[in-house]
Amino acid sequence: MVKLKINQKEYSVDASPDMPLLWAIRDVVGLTGTKFGCGMAQCGACTVHLDGEAVRSCVTLVSRAVGKEIVTIEGLSADPDNYLQKAWIELDVPQCGYCQSGQIMSAAVLLRENPNPTDEDIDSAMSGNICRCGTYPRIRKAIHLAAKMQREGGNNK
Amino acid sequence: MAQTTKNQFFNTKKVVYLLLAATAISSVVVSFRTDAFNGVPAEDKTTVAKAEMAEPDSVISKKAFLQAYKVLMHPRCMNCHPKGDRPLQGDDSHVHTMNVQRGTDGKGLYAMKCSNCHQPQNTPGLHMPPGNPNWHLPPADMKMVFQGKKPRELAMTLLNQNLNGHKDHEALIEHVSKDSLVGSGWNPAEGVAHLPMSRAEFVKHFKTWLDKGAYLPDK
Amino acid sequence: MSTTLNASRRNFLKTGAVLTSGLLISFTVPGAKKLGGATPAVLGPQSGAAFAPNAYLNITADNEILVYLAHAEMGQGIWTTLSMMIAEELDVDVNKMVVQHGDAWTPYNHTMFGIQITGGSSTTWSEFDRYRKAGATARALLVQAAAQKFGVNPADCKTENGVVTAGDKSATYGELATAAAALPAPGDMPLKDPKSWKYIGKGVKRLDTPAKINGTAKFGMDMQFPGMLTAVVLHAPVFGAKVKTVDSAKAKAIAGVRQVVQIPSGVAVLADNYWAAKKGRAALKVDWDLGSGVKVDSVAMLAEYKQLAQKPGTQAGKAGDVDSAMSKAVKTVEAEYVFPYLAHSPMEPLNVTIQLKDGKCEIWTGTQMPGLDQGAAAKILGLKPEQIRVNTVFLGGGFGRRATPSSDFVGEAAEIVKASGKPLVKMVWSREDDVKGGYYRPMFLHKITAGLNAQGLPIAWKHTIVGQSIMEGTLFAGMIKDGIDGSSVEGVVDSPYMEAIPDRLVTLHSPKNEVPVLWWRSVGHTHTAMAMEAMIDELAHAAGKDPLAYRQELLKSSPRHLAALNLAAEKAGWGKPLPAGRFRGIAVHESFLSFVAHVAEISLNEDGTIKVHRVVSAIDCGLAVNPDGVKAQIESGINFGVAAALHGEITLENGRVKQGNFNDYVVARMFDTPADIEVHIVESTNKMGGVGEPGVPPVAPAIANAYFAATGKRLRQMPFNKANLLA
Repeated sequence: MVKLKINQKEYSVDASPDMPLLWAIRDVVGLTGTKFGCGMAQCGACTVHLDGEAVRSCVTLVSRAVGKEIVTIEGLSADPDNYLQKAWIELDVPQCGYCQSGQIMSAAVLLRENPNPTDEDIDSAMSGNICRCGTYPRIRKAIHLAAKMQREGGNNK
Repeated sequence: MAQTTKNQFFNTKKVVYLLLAATAISSVVVSFRTDAFNGVPAEDKTTVAKAEMAEPDSVISKKAFLQAYKVLMHPRCMNCHPKGDRPLQGDDSHVHTMNVQRGTDGKGLYAMKCSNCHQPQNTPGLHMPPGNPNWHLPPADMKMVFQGKKPRELAMTLLNQNLNGHKDHEALIEHVSKDSLVGSGWNPAEGVAHLPMSRAEFVKHFKTWLDKGAYLPDK
Repeated sequence: MSTTLNASRRNFLKTGAVLTSGLLISFTVPGAKKLGGATPAVLGPQSGAAFAPNAYLNITADNEILVYLAHAEMGQGIWTTLSMMIAEELDVDVNKMVVQHGDAWTPYNHTMFGIQITGGSSTTWSEFDRYRKAGATARALLVQAAAQKFGVNPADCKTENGVVTAGDKSATYGELATAAAALPAPGDMPLKDPKSWKYIGKGVKRLDTPAKINGTAKFGMDMQFPGMLTAVVLHAPVFGAKVKTVDSAKAKAIAGVRQVVQIPSGVAVLADNYWAAKKGRAALKVDWDLGSGVKVDSVAMLAEYKQLAQKPGTQAGKAGDVDSAMSKAVKTVEAEYVFPYLAHSPMEPLNVTIQLKDGKCEIWTGTQMPGLDQGAAAKILGLKPEQIRVNTVFLGGGFGRRATPSSDFVGEAAEIVKASGKPLVKMVWSREDDVKGGYYRPMFLHKITAGLNAQGLPIAWKHTIVGQSIMEGTLFAGMIKDGIDGSSVEGVVDSPYMEAIPDRLVTLHSPKNEVPVLWWRSVGHTHTAMAMEAMIDELAHAAGKDPLAYRQELLKSSPRHLAALNLAAEKAGWGKPLPAGRFRGIAVHESFLSFVAHVAEISLNEDGTIKVHRVVSAIDCGLAVNPDGVKAQIESGINFGVAAALHGEITLENGRVKQGNFNDYVVARMFDTPADIEVHIVESTNKMGGVGEPGVPPVAPAIANAYFAATGKRLRQMPFNKANLLA
């Protein structure tokens, strides 16, 4: 048994130490918003936040996550200040939708560290997240839009 | 003089190591493992002392560098010393396919930080990310470019304290012989080419190069 | 269209059906109904709602408007588009509808193809009448019920936002549902005047977005039930190989592994979770009887294809006397275009969950052909199709891979359930299983010789195509007519350029080998558009003419091609100066009844590889029901095309597929796709066409033609990756 803190909640997880965090989150804890796409940190569908960083949970062992804050798409969605999801809706970003949890988790780190990203910054942050539907132009626009909303929202406070 | 410094190092290795880390990789805290130091065999310490007292010899020095160069320019080393701001990958040293960027501290950018995929250890399996607790590139203000450099140019880079992280000869030797991330070159991921010689052999050549006068190869 | 397209044209006239478009192909499968699509009577396909006027729409007493989709949502947006059609006629708020996939059930069979299928970029046009009528009929019944209730004439009733009003009286649809259900079905109701459309042609935001961005949308991969085991299959290393012996001792010793069973396609490990199953698979020792597949080698295959192309194959299209015309040509141009195998690689690896309970079976999977899958599973499990309920869940991408005539993945899961005796199993493929698992877009080779007259116009065209048939050996083999699989030649034999060339001959070789092949987003057009549009560009150059002007001249009697071409060229600023180092290429192609032109703007990276900066596109798809959805699909097609153009390649050596994951089966990432994609919709009242696939075909030639503008070098081998560019 290992103890994992996911989305502010403690879980006792029956997982072998070599189990990647992805499978602990999906198959053991049962949170399925985090997706399996490649199993080797190629596609980013499994991206979660580990102490705020956009780690690829498919290659991150459960042991590395012990004692750290894990946030999945379900946790991120609970944040009312999440402008990314508003922008995603506004611009009709998803198609099949399978990669979008990972895309949003990556974009969240980008906007936290760079509230006004350029196209180049977006390329640098997002090229580890594959979308076979090719929603990239809309993801790019949605990140710009979310950044704008975030800045304006911040000003209104 | 050299002997004194070395003793100091071994007595206060933690402090010195952190100092080294601070100079080698600015603004980066390097995690370290004491077992790596405890593991240094006694005879190595002797060799270090003897070698440092060696007489300059341009032929031996240059020849030794050319041996060390084989390691430095090998994909396992060079891939993280690219000429651009993107690391390289694989035995063909192609540009990292995910558009990974160096970032100011050499640890990547935003959602594409090295340790988001590169774990503290190699991930088992073919084509899996190799790992190290401190996986990174040289920082933006000290890029330590190897890629594309001929032996002479690379030797100049390594010796220039404004380019090499302000390392003197001794610090350079410490870096190549002790640094955990340098060591990961000898712990490659599955299925990729191994370095052409052991770390000990490499360090021996590297040291000989410096001890014999740190001569620049002709080309 | 050419009159020489006898084979497939005849078929089309018989059934009027289209699957792979352009070249019109029947999709009526003989005996399709016996293959599946049976009513799952034991389980009941519908909600038990108060008012169930048809299979597509139910209304509950609580005023819930339930929409049942005859097609699967795999990203193309039909979740929204089909709902819009009903909402438009029913007068309800589309955003308040509850949408779900329909069961495998005959009412959901394709209106043209005769089986239940999502494919051929056909959902919107094929359902445009059926779904609107479903809404209109329901509305008429609700109005009638209201009129009775209010004691007024139905003509005095108005409907809006799910409420019927007459004077000061009003009732919600939910309140009228039970009464409406008791009324006899009216005949065909008149549909609304397009002028009064509120949604159609205007646009609605995707209804599935909220669930897809907060982790609640359920894909097949997300099915979890208490007691469920996860199965991972060790597949044969070579296509067609059979298991000789299995040593499962070490696999069974792994914690969490519950069972190891042999199935026809390999050895399955069943475990408590995916990780344990995967570890178990890695610990298996299996000896294989490799069979003839071990000889497959893509390099040798290409050499063989080049040999084959030296001689004409089976005639696919002919007019005049090509050899005689060629001898009169002032100039001839010859080119050979080569296309590799391609994997679809949708983001969600294939998976199927099956539950056996009380003599019934439920399947949860993302499939493009639930009826066939139902039939295939029934056969394996010894059940009747109607004992099996297929629950289609969101598809994490399809691109054709989730429409296998052989039901390969559903069949494999059923075999695992059968062999293991376990009643609740989720089979999960790894990415490597997907990349190595076959069902590829076949390798193709086109050899073209064109003769030009003194004006530089083509007067003779000789074209030999070599590549495996995707229909051969499948349920759809009946679609091969006179030796021609239409999907191998679509986009060539029916090309509008051919109309302008009096003497022409198109022939086809369909060599066979062990590699399973399948339709891949835009099917034959994936290669034929490149062959045609790259060749036309070569001819324009040989004629000393501007690539756009040359096409305009040749396409002057193809107004829809021309409209798309001209709009894209205008919006891209064709002919206007570009920043230093930027170059343009253009291509236009018809597929799936739509006409798409792209102008690609590229530069060369330091290492000589191609950077696509901008693609300006125009499409004539007839009525654009959800215009932003059309744009999204073309954007998607462009990036899918960019991936194939710059990276896509499956190769085989000693029968083994060399690629395994996204590290070596490279797809497009954000930084290597165009930052700037502009899609323009041609104002059109023409026949509706598809949008899911037609964006793909013109991408590669537009890029290749831009590369020629940049370098003077023709790209004739896909992909345009570093290895091929520097070759």
